[in-house]
Amino acid sequence: MVRFIATKLMYVLLTLFLLATVTFFMMKAIPGDPFMGEKKLPPAIYNNMIAKYGFDQPVWKQYLTYMNNLLHLDLGESMKSANRTVNNIIQNSFPNSAKLGLVAIIVSVIVGIALGVIAALYHRGLIDALATIVAVLGVSIPSFVLAPLMQYFFAVKLGWFHVAGLKEPLDYVMPVIALSALPIAFIARLTRSNMVEVMNSDYIKTAKSKGLSKAIIINRHALRNAILPVVTYLGPMTANIVTGSVVIEKIFGIAGIGKYFVESVSNRDYTLIMGLTLFYAFILIMARFLTDIAYAAIDPRIKLNSRGGGS
Amino acid sequence: MNKRKKTGSIMLALVISVSMLLSACSNNGGNTGGNNTGGTNTPTNEAQNNTSGEAGLAAEQIFRMNLHAEPPTLDPGMSQDNTSGTVLNAVMEGLTTVDKDGNVQPGMAEKWEVSEDNLTYTFTIRDGATWSTGEPVTAHDFEFAWKRVLDPTKETPAPYAYQLYYLKNAEAYNTEEIKDASQVGVKAQDDKTLVVELHSPTAYFLNLLSFYTYYPVNKAVVEANPKFAAEAATHSTNGPFLLTEWSHNESLLLTKNPNYYNADKIHFTEVRMSIIGDGNTELSMYETGDLDWAGRPTGEIPTDMLPTLKADPEANLQIQGIASTYYFNFNTTKEPFDNVNIRKALAMAIDRKAIVEKVTLGEQIPAFGFVPYGIKGENDTYRNEVKDSYFTEDVEQAKALLAKGMEEKGLSKLPAITVTHNEGEGHKKIATAIADMWKKNLGVEVNVQSQEWGVFLTNRTNLNYDIARAGWGADYNDPMTFLDMWITGGGNNDTGFANAEYDGLIKKAQTSADPAERMAAMAAAEKILMDEMPILPIYYYTGIWMQKPYVQGVWIDYSGEIRFNYGSIAEH
Repeated sequence: MVRFIATKLMYVLLTLFLLATVTFFMMKAIPGDPFMGEKKLPPAIYNNMIAKYGFDQPVWKQYLTYMNNLLHLDLGESMKSANRTVNNIIQNSFPNSAKLGLVAIIVSVIVGIALGVIAALYHRGLIDALATIVAVLGVSIPSFVLAPLMQYFFAVKLGWFHVAGLKEPLDYVMPVIALSALPIAFIARLTRSNMVEVMNSDYIKTAKSKGLSKAIIINRHALRNAILPVVTYLGPMTANIVTGSVVIEKIFGIAGIGKYFVESVSNRDYTLIMGLTLFYAFILIMARFLTDIAYAAIDPRIKLNSRGGGS
Repeated sequence: MNKRKKTGSIMLALVISVSMLLSACSNNGGNTGGNNTGGTNTPTNEAQNNTSGEAGLAAEQIFRMNLHAEPPTLDPGMSQDNTSGTVLNAVMEGLTTVDKDGNVQPGMAEKWEVSEDNLTYTFTIRDGATWSTGEPVTAHDFEFAWKRVLDPTKETPAPYAYQLYYLKNAEAYNTEEIKDASQVGVKAQDDKTLVVELHSPTAYFLNLLSFYTYYPVNKAVVEANPKFAAEAATHSTNGPFLLTEWSHNESLLLTKNPNYYNADKIHFTEVRMSIIGDGNTELSMYETGDLDWAGRPTGEIPTDMLPTLKADPEANLQIQGIASTYYFNFNTTKEPFDNVNIRKALAMAIDRKAIVEKVTLGEQIPAFGFVPYGIKGENDTYRNEVKDSYFTEDVEQAKALLAKGMEEKGLSKLPAITVTHNEGEGHKKIATAIADMWKKNLGVEVNVQSQEWGVFLTNRTNLNYDIARAGWGADYNDPMTFLDMWITGGGNNDTGFANAEYDGLIKKAQTSADPAERMAAMAAAEKILMDEMPILPIYYYTGIWMQKPYVQGVWIDYSGEIRFNYGSIAEH
């Protein structure tokens, strides 16, 4: 187990290093800089700013400086938001994204699996058909369409929720639905097809013939096997929810990290672009990493050897 | 050059895709690539007297508006954008303020004297001017604040330092020509007296003093904590409202400052500013009553909603001219745009009325000059005194001019033209409409190209374009803020335009203390600009917003900035 984790961690660091390097040089290759605007700064002030941030140095030197700071976990100061460090921005904004994301993940898993199991149990029945419809809708309506539609009906027309913000528990309803619609649909489909397959397998038939109760069969024997693929999907799903929330955060005015991410690129806020890219990458890679471990824990058939690569 | 541009766009696409990782959508907040200016607003402020009736005020005096984006900084010396400016105008105050009619009123200074030669101003700081942290506001705070902005060795240099170049030796000190800060023309004689010396007579200097770059900062607080402005808790303010809460990227809460010298005229007990980047969300919040104000200046009303909102009396949509101009730049260093007749032909062959009525939908005013409405002239507004009848739309004459221009250039057919604009649905629609008009009226081939903001600005600055979209808003209330940018080699002159006579007229207006002579020189300069046509004016911007009918005493000033300090909520 230790060796498995150690190897995985090494890959994590290597990926982050490569990503930092590639992003840094590509970012520097884009035209423009953080001090541009419709109204230009006088050359003296502009040069002063450029020198202050070391942009007059050769790019490789800037790269070394950045990597050195990165080693000390110092992501630097944002160039757009004066006096605020990237670390501080992440500390302030990530909890908001994480809260929303976690709720969305939990809702997706619970609702998705429940829908899938019910659909499988009533295979080819009316409930199955309904669950399929929900799943198809969830997959086919993008969140940036679903979100304003919900705002219009539930907030403006019916007045059930606030249009935007995350102050009260009820405020979570719309953004969470928008974020989890797709994963719910996906998990439900995955669970249903696996459930149907498992329920028809010999060992379930054996259990049934032994006279075990339906609840025990489903909980102890069927579900466990049926949700294995769902666990595999958790990694990419976490990724989808965390990055997908960029759009949702904008629409619902949530002070999350996604808002900063999009703006940092158009502002050429170099330190913020780098910091957030690496932070996102770290979150996504860790999500995969944990998935791998969880998968290994659930399924004893998976050997904990130094099998590298992605899952 | 062309190749570089292409590589640039490819790299950009790569970086965006990598940094966005799996996210499919890169919906740009658009605040940098906005329709107007990257970040400026104007030296004006509040009226001292409340113009609205005091009768029937609601018990709850809370004003709720949307900021659209996080203020990048609330340090008045570091600020350079109108989101920060909107907050700063409420929580801080300079030596003067400006009322609804654009007249200068006393602010932190209760009175001032101006010397015969218009070069020395002596201000007396009012009694009862205090910082939110309790200390009195002194002349030393102003001297410290201004020198801090100009200090080239400051840890983070102030981007708007040039707003202070009107002071004697300010530019020299800021550009490190002189090292001695004491030579800069600002001196606190004692706690109450501030002496300011100017570089040259400046007709609108008292007006400028109400702009946030000229605000004071609390010397003791700033010296103890240079990053004082990063959080509400460490900020020290002196305006009608206190910065009570700043939840980054989420909301700001301003509360009435009970110690403000004019506190009995301030009605709002709270101003709640949300930070919602999505125009449709803002609109929904206005509809549900979560906002009292939506749209201009810090918010955004989606253009496609305008026809519906105009027809809906409930929405209470307001439209008002703001001092900004939307135009195209010609690259006058590139053939065939180095020919004035070809430039003129293109300018005369479009239908501006159709653009504002069918494309932009915001009752913008077709522009035939460069200085917009709302800018002060000698007695009236400049645009009323100097009509923009420099040219007319005339397809026949345009065809003749084009033929003449092509003959002069020895061309039998005009090469295909590329119109470049920064990303944005609105810009694209306008450019496409104009391209169609040129195709139809002049038979020229036109391509429309959209570029990401940073790429676009870099190309425009490097004169790497044929025709490029541009917009300009006022920095201060004088035609000079529009005209001095076209001088030869001017930092914002992205056209390659160079005209000695024009430069001379601008110089004359800049150094003259006689208002009539200044205005005449600037009018003559604008005429040259329109005769030579390095730019193609399209329309004068309007500000579009909605306000609940019970909001009173809140207004949009000449440049489109919101002034809510003396507002109130009527009973409803």
